[in-house]
Amino acid sequence: MTGRPPAGMTAGHDTPRHRALMLGFLLQRLLSAVVVLAAMSVIVFAGVYAIGNPIDVLINPAADQVTRAETIARYGLDRPFWEQYWRFASSLVSGDFGTSFVFNIPALPLILSKLPATLELALSAMLIAILLGIPLGMLAGLRPEAPSSRAIMAGSILGFSLPTFWVGLMLILIFSVELGWLPSGGRGETVVIAGIEWSFLTIDGLAHLVLPALNLALFKLSLIIRLTRAGMRETMLADYVRYARAKGLSRARVVGVHAFRNILIPIVTVLGLEFGSVVAFAVVTETIFSWPGMGKLIIDSILTLDRPVMVAYLMLVVAMFVLINFCVDIAYATLDPRVRLGSR
Amino acid sequence: MSAAKAERPAALFWAEFAESRVAVFGLVVFALAVLAAVFAPWLTPQNPYDQAGLALMDARLPPGTVGTGGYAHWLGTDAAGRDVFSAILWGLRTSLFVGVAAGAAALLLGTTLGLAAAFFGGRIEMLLMRIVDLQLSFPAILLALVLVASLGQGLAQVVTALVAAQYAYFARTVHGAALSERRKEYIEAASGIPLKPARILLRHLLPNCLPPLIVVATVQVANAIAIEATLSFLGVGLPVTEPSLGTLIANGFQFMLSGRYWISVYPGIALLIVIVSINLVGDRLRDVLNPRLRR
Repeated sequence: MTGRPPAGMTAGHDTPRHRALMLGFLLQRLLSAVVVLAAMSVIVFAGVYAIGNPIDVLINPAADQVTRAETIARYGLDRPFWEQYWRFASSLVSGDFGTSFVFNIPALPLILSKLPATLELALSAMLIAILLGIPLGMLAGLRPEAPSSRAIMAGSILGFSLPTFWVGLMLILIFSVELGWLPSGGRGETVVIAGIEWSFLTIDGLAHLVLPALNLALFKLSLIIRLTRAGMRETMLADYVRYARAKGLSRARVVGVHAFRNILIPIVTVLGLEFGSVVAFAVVTETIFSWPGMGKLIIDSILTLDRPVMVAYLMLVVAMFVLINFCVDIAYATLDPRVRLGSR
Repeated sequence: MSAAKAERPAALFWAEFAESRVAVFGLVVFALAVLAAVFAPWLTPQNPYDQAGLALMDARLPPGTVGTGGYAHWLGTDAAGRDVFSAILWGLRTSLFVGVAAGAAALLLGTTLGLAAAFFGGRIEMLLMRIVDLQLSFPAILLALVLVASLGQGLAQVVTALVAAQYAYFARTVHGAALSERRKEYIEAASGIPLKPARILLRHLLPNCLPPLIVVATVQVANAIAIEATLSFLGVGLPVTEPSLGTLIANGFQFMLSGRYWISVYPGIALLIVIVSINLVGDRLRDVLNPRLRR
């Protein structure tokens, strides 16, 4: 998934040959993305198809044989697997994921209506992870032996080991039940902008957002601390950093500008790749904090065997991962000076 | 250094491992957890899943209360009147079994595929590693969730889902190790004798790929336990008839908001102790087995 541009591009200036290479690289990544999407649609459909008969959910057990047969025929459940897949795939292309068995509305709009809540949560978590993780990681990397650095690293090990749901429970127990400072679930008061509800614009909404965002951020926070620390330790020993110091630049400037810029490349890459997993882990956090996002919807639909919603959610997540990988590949080619494609 | 006196590799290894007191502590705690799980029927005052032995009068007793059984419930009781301490030890059995079984099966599957890819090369390698890479770009928890959703609830289903979600880590690790080992002279020498490919693979290549595999295996057992607990907490993992620590935590969650913290929190602490102790051991193994840190 993380293919690099061909070596010929590294010499890159604004030449026709270079542009052709870039175009070829883009097309190749795009093609592989499409192949992955198609393969995953078969796997997802087959996986979900294997689940027990959705008829049991759809039809009142007391219904007579005629009603049963009618319903089965209406949803195409009596057709062979490949025919069902073909119908599914062709309607997929036109954006039709079928209708939720439970809510009786189209699956895709249903999921998309929950998307803003999940994105709000995921972005807040990423923000917390970045704003806390990079400074803490730099601190730990600058003075690796100091007690404060050891404490930061011990904390990051805990952040890696603790299961997300466990931390969520503890946050609720401490801040909601014992201290009573923050609410334990829901989105709180929301403001509607462009037809979409947002929590972060009201005090009450923010209060509801803090715990779940912190919960979701913890794993990424630990990751960013470790990455930044490792990058910092390496960078501070690099020749150009020593040179900058020798030149008489202040320590703050060397750390804040010279070193900081160079540790950003791996961090940006990982952040990009990890955003997908933040959305995936939102499944856990949303369930604990009753956050009405896509994650809670998928758990509910698994429990009720709501096949179209499950398939639509999974395809959406797969598409998101493929898109993220694609973007990171492109971003990498633009960020890293060695593969700079500078068109200026 | 004390390690210099030891002769056998195992003793050397242990001496180096034991230099970290935290790691030894982790190992001891993990060993105690395993013992507690194995001997749960003899260590607990009550079989928590024998319905006849439960009394509703005992429901939700706070820690330390003496119930109708005439003994103190040191960690309290749950909504059905189960002794939380007993439930934890029995739940530990399930959690550890799932973690170790899934870890071992994933190790076997992943190692086979990774070795095969490195050994045969060509299209087989490309195809296998392409699948592995693709799988690794998705979080294991999501894969496990999808698999459990399609396989249904149950012990075998959860273990299968965990193996399918985790084998890729082993495959990638052993593939990488085998690729770098394959170029070394002892493999060339063995092929020159010539030994049979199967013998070279199993007796020469595999043993030298073990160090990184051991590290990954430790971490993956901890991960398997954590993922299983998460799935069970979400209600899609183990059924109530085979409760793990995750199931116990889920059962107590609804009572936590009303202040009856013990039903969820004590199983949670047990889960935490197990996972952290395995990770401490794994962290030390990583340092001891890393050739780059060799002194």
